[in-house]
Amino acid sequence: MSAAPDRAPAPTTPGATPAGGEPLVVVRDLVKHFPLTRGIVIRRRIGAVRAVDGVSFSVNRGETLGIVGETGCGKSTTARLIMRLLEATGGEVRFDGRDITHLKGHELKAVRREMQMIFQDPYSSLNPRKTIGSIIGEPFVIHGLEQGKGERKRAVQELMETVGLNPEHYNRYPHEFSGGQRQRIGVARALALKPKLLIADEPVSALDVSIQAQVLNLLRDLQRQLGLTVVFIAHDLSVVRHMCDRVAVMYLGKIVEIGPSDPLYEFPRHPYTGALLAAVPVADPTRHGVQRRLLSGDVPSPANPPSACRFHTRCPKAQPLCSTEEPLLVEKGSGTEAACHFPLTREEVAAIGVRSPA
Amino acid sequence: MSAEEPLLRVEDLRVEFPTEDGLVHAVDGITYQVHRGRTLGIVGESGSGKTVGSLTTLGLTRGQGARISGRVLFEGRDLLTLSEDEMRKVRGNDISMVFQDPLSSLHPLYSVGAQLTEAVLAHRDVSKATARARAVELLGLVGIPDPARRVSDYPHEFSGGMRQRAMIAMALANEPKLLIADEPTTALDVTVQAQILALMERLQRELGMAIVIITHDLGVVAEMADDIAVMYAGRIVETASAELVFSSPEHPYTWGLLRSIPRLGRSREESLVPIPGTPPSLINPPSGCHFHPRCPYAQPDHARIDPALEPVPGEPSHHVACLLEAGVRRALWAELRAGRMPEQALAAAGLPVEPA
Amino acid sequence: MTRYIIRRLLLGVVLLVVVSALTFVIFRILPTADPAKLRAGRLQNPKVIAAIRHDLGLDKSLITQFWLYMKGIFLHFDLGYSYYSTAPVKSLIADRLPATLSLTLGATVVWLLAGIPIGIVSAIKRRTLLDRVAMGGALIFVSAPVYWLGLILLYLFASDIGRFPLLPGANSYVGLTSDPLKWLTSLILPWLVLAATNAAIYARLLRGSLIETMEEDYIRTARAKGLTERRVVLRHGVRSAINPIMTILGLDIGVLLGGAVLTETVFDIPGIGRLNYDAITHSDFPIVQGTVLLAALFIILANIVVDIVYAYLDPRVRYS
Repeated sequence: MSAAPDRAPAPTTPGATPAGGEPLVVVRDLVKHFPLTRGIVIRRRIGAVRAVDGVSFSVNRGETLGIVGETGCGKSTTARLIMRLLEATGGEVRFDGRDITHLKGHELKAVRREMQMIFQDPYSSLNPRKTIGSIIGEPFVIHGLEQGKGERKRAVQELMETVGLNPEHYNRYPHEFSGGQRQRIGVARALALKPKLLIADEPVSALDVSIQAQVLNLLRDLQRQLGLTVVFIAHDLSVVRHMCDRVAVMYLGKIVEIGPSDPLYEFPRHPYTGALLAAVPVADPTRHGVQRRLLSGDVPSPANPPSACRFHTRCPKAQPLCSTEEPLLVEKGSGTEAACHFPLTREEVAAIGVRSPA
Repeated sequence: MSAEEPLLRVEDLRVEFPTEDGLVHAVDGITYQVHRGRTLGIVGESGSGKTVGSLTTLGLTRGQGARISGRVLFEGRDLLTLSEDEMRKVRGNDISMVFQDPLSSLHPLYSVGAQLTEAVLAHRDVSKATARARAVELLGLVGIPDPARRVSDYPHEFSGGMRQRAMIAMALANEPKLLIADEPTTALDVTVQAQILALMERLQRELGMAIVIITHDLGVVAEMADDIAVMYAGRIVETASAELVFSSPEHPYTWGLLRSIPRLGRSREESLVPIPGTPPSLINPPSGCHFHPRCPYAQPDHARIDPALEPVPGEPSHHVACLLEAGVRRALWAELRAGRMPEQALAAAGLPVEPA
Repeated sequence: MTRYIIRRLLLGVVLLVVVSALTFVIFRILPTADPAKLRAGRLQNPKVIAAIRHDLGLDKSLITQFWLYMKGIFLHFDLGYSYYSTAPVKSLIADRLPATLSLTLGATVVWLLAGIPIGIVSAIKRRTLLDRVAMGGALIFVSAPVYWLGLILLYLFASDIGRFPLLPGANSYVGLTSDPLKWLTSLILPWLVLAATNAAIYARLLRGSLIETMEEDYIRTARAKGLTERRVVLRHGVRSAINPIMTILGLDIGVLLGGAVLTETVFDIPGIGRLNYDAITHSDFPIVQGTVLLAALFIILANIVVDIVYAYLDPRVRYS
């Protein structure tokens, strides 16, 4: 595998960054089940939606980890579990060396200063009744920083400039801004407390194509300038590859493959990753004729996932073993880990029609 | 492009809506053609007028106070001059439409079978039983398993992908000559999207129908379209075959789109080059060339002159609406394609670096 | 679904017991006229009153009284006896029920026949003169007090006192079985009165609901299929828009079945509402107890029926 000449050599161990150091976020066997109940007077639990069903990974300081997957894979739930917007049903979340899985009250609030989130919908994630100055300044108020109004205003305007907004618009309301600008406001608010971790949940999906690039560039620049650690959640594989150093692919509540971006996109090991990549429409009409093998059927319900390997019901390579023994996430080469008994070979990758980076 | 008479020819279509805030110029004089058995992709972002244009083709914007002018020639007949009754005979019959969100576009309180049957009975004088059988047949045609049983299910009992298949089935009920698909896969997961696009291609081959696919996704349009029309702020800025649009685009907006999307084929280190600014208001669109405020290469008089859609020298089927001189455009694209930034491209092409 | 209905019925019974208990307590606690004293009439001496009190069982503890009452209902369907007339409450109510049913159900039909078309037309012809006149009229009828409207109609059309004697006046109600024609004509004015307000409300509601529904994506799809506008509006638009109306309809009927007091009073119709009103003025607790229980029963049943019907109207709603 050749590396592009103007890039640093690819890391040899998954999870280690060139900057070194212990991971900022460590997630171990994380589980979140949402109960389904039924009953006349007494509600009996008849099952659960297994949104996240045993997920382990780490996020190194200064890196951008992408999480991709389709509907029902659990990526948004995972993000919320890290942010402690939800409490895990099982497993552990460690942030900056501390176990935050079941923190409450003051302690949780203190940790929340260090991690912030940007949301998908720029139209509903900003309070329409507040000026953007007060929206961006709210974190200061909540955590008791920048007490003086003058100081706060200055800090907010500095943030506005950082994200490319005109500081004179301090007193305007969200509806006076376009979608892309509103996302910038969301970013400014997230950065107010200089968090260590930024989680972006589909930050550009709701934006027009020509604006997406603006916000993506902004995020990339900020990440480099401020040394942020970012978890980037999206369903658009091209965007994730562009933005992220490492990528985790989720399916029905489990990680099926995780590793550095370029190797993963060029040579996916897990058949699901292969199917995803084969399905992405490529902006190049000359490659139209290339034969692709597409996945058939729909994603099974997370309330009733298939046994052992979740993907075996749709996997073209499935064998009897796949429905009885659950594959573990194991290194398959060039820093990629995949949870599969029969990972893809290079020939199979080409046969499915994965369009490799030219 | 085939030389025969186009199935659909839209000529200088304009659509305006009076609103409380002013007159919205949703479609500002667009001209394009669709040929039998071929797929036209209309690419545009929100506010480009792509959806309004297609809805107007089917007469679905009448009666909202809309002011419509121009011609929409379908098999030689101007649809804009047809009465509502005559137009109804065309809708769902000769021309069908598929919309973006199949959950909200199907009636939640009627079974899928009932809605399909209704589509058949609207245009064919057959018995209910025959229509029902046709509904089952259609569901099978679009790849829904066990169609005889699923025909009595309700839309919410289908998955997203199956719903879209059902919508397509409904659109095909009367074997239309033209299918208009407005963002048909935007609401779907990527693997499902691939299935639906493959389905549409297969159906096109089997039924020989023309397709207009409206989307903002350049990947989708590269997959599906034979010809492409790029729309911006209510106007068409470029039309050509798909190969030409991707290999030698002529309009700065198209360049901007191609350079601003992350592509799997490119190095991760390469920056995305966004189009500066935001899409314009359609109530007060920019004067002259609608794109000039965001165009890095705009010259002073571009704010005054309306560019007309003209053929590109040497490529008669390739049209562009741009006031820059053809040679200059070629030079600029060559620079951009080599990875240079717009400012550098300007300098290299010999244009003043301070645009209007 | 069956489990759902059973659960709702069980809860309903519990609710009825609670309602009974509350009524019981309220009447014993609130300062009303003492029924024993009223019964005693001219013989206002303590001994007689105490004897009457004992007869009526009012000297027992509150809990015992309530317990006996509940026993009576669950074991014998016995609702007690009127203090005033000693007639069994059950038969008093049963006698009056047909009149209330005729009034309520008839009025419902009238207001639906009026309100729904007006609502649909107003929605389609939004902002035209027709719409403004209809909604303006609706506003007037919503604001008009029922008794005022009743008196006006009587004054205009009653055969005995009206300017244009067309229809029977007050106190002319007869049972359906005894004289169908008279039954019908005597109810026309009361129906109009009771229906007027509700027709207006329903017309406005449906108009709003339909206007919103017509903006939905599936309406655009229906048009794109080439359906006639009539079919689009009725089969696609109204079919959705009518659902919230159905919910309210059930509740309205439930409430009215408890007795439309004002209308029954103005037109002197021997229904449950009148019965209740008279009983209250005489502190005749057993009757009031009985009518309240009946009204509560109707409302609970109406709620259950509405929820079940809604599940049929909207296949997305599923009860476990």
